[in-house]
Amino acid sequence: MTLSDLQLFEVFLRPRRGLDHKHVGSLHAQDPAQAIEYARDVYTRRGEGVSIWVVRSADIVASQEGDVEPFFDPLDDKPYRHALHYKLPNSVDSM
Amino acid sequence: MQPSTLDPLTTYTVRLGDDALVSGHRLSEWTGSAPMLEEELALANVALDLLGRARLCYGYAAERTGQGCSEDSFAYQRDCRAFTNHLIHELPRGDFAFTMARQFMVDCLAVPFLQGLARSLDSRLAGIGAKCVKESRYHLRRSTDWMFRLGDGTEESHRRLQSAVDELWGFTPELFAQDALEAELVHSGVGVDLEPLREPWLTAVNQTFSGAGIVLPALDWQVDGGRQGLHTEHLGHLLSELQFVQRAYPGQQW
Repeated sequence: MTLSDLQLFEVFLRPRRGLDHKHVGSLHAQDPAQAIEYARDVYTRRGEGVSIWVVRSADIVASQEGDVEPFFDPLDDKPYRHALHYKLPNSVDSM
Repeated sequence: MQPSTLDPLTTYTVRLGDDALVSGHRLSEWTGSAPMLEEELALANVALDLLGRARLCYGYAAERTGQGCSEDSFAYQRDCRAFTNHLIHELPRGDFAFTMARQFMVDCLAVPFLQGLARSLDSRLAGIGAKCVKESRYHLRRSTDWMFRLGDGTEESHRRLQSAVDELWGFTPELFAQDALEAELVHSGVGVDLEPLREPWLTAVNQTFSGAGIVLPALDWQVDGGRQGLHTEHLGHLLSELQFVQRAYPGQQW
């Protein structure tokens, strides 16, 4: 194994049952099995998670800088799409 | 704090602590020089697990000893001849293949041993066994994984792993030796009987090594003496580093 054989993986952790996996960082590993173990050692040393996902970084399709205008700008002037005018009942913590 | 002045159960507990402290220290030596960041953290995690194990054992032994004795008395205030770890743990860390081969052989025994310890009639030892076996299962998973990666890796990794196994093999029989003190504790249901663990260990080790293309050497030499305080030349050097601060500044705390 040389460093050039290593692949980059993105690591996602579920902090508690009932919550979604969240992206926490990335690491190098030879294959997915090793990536899961390294994710355990690098990102859950203080009990941060109950479940780990790893994904090859190369497998992530990302929007590009040039997509910002057509993708996101038109949403700026459509306030009616946001639930801004509703008052949340107290019993609902967050949405 | 000489082993002879401690009662059998305390002596046994200190032995287990010595194994954990010395092997944990050897692993910690990789910090700052492991092949990659991820592996360095993983090795340090295992080292910390073993250090924690040593503290549990020494803490219990210190309680039983009384007279102002603490876990530090065992770790920092004894010389080589009072240490009773198995010799395999004190061998220098060598290359990465050597470290992982040793770790694999030791983990392979640690899991069933700690399972047995969890059933000890001494509730404190049983507690230590139950807590530590979970960690050891993970250690074994990692070290087994590396046997395949190194054995099936490159020509160089295979060669290094094979030579590590050849070098270590004669130190493994000591892991199963039981003296009168241990036999007595096994008899009273406090200690773990190593005899029934020997064959399953050999089978498990053999299975992984043959899967990784590693040949078990003939057992044409073997050494022991660790439990009697008769060590290799390496333990003194290890202790000089491990104990330096307490030797230079006795009683210092921070």
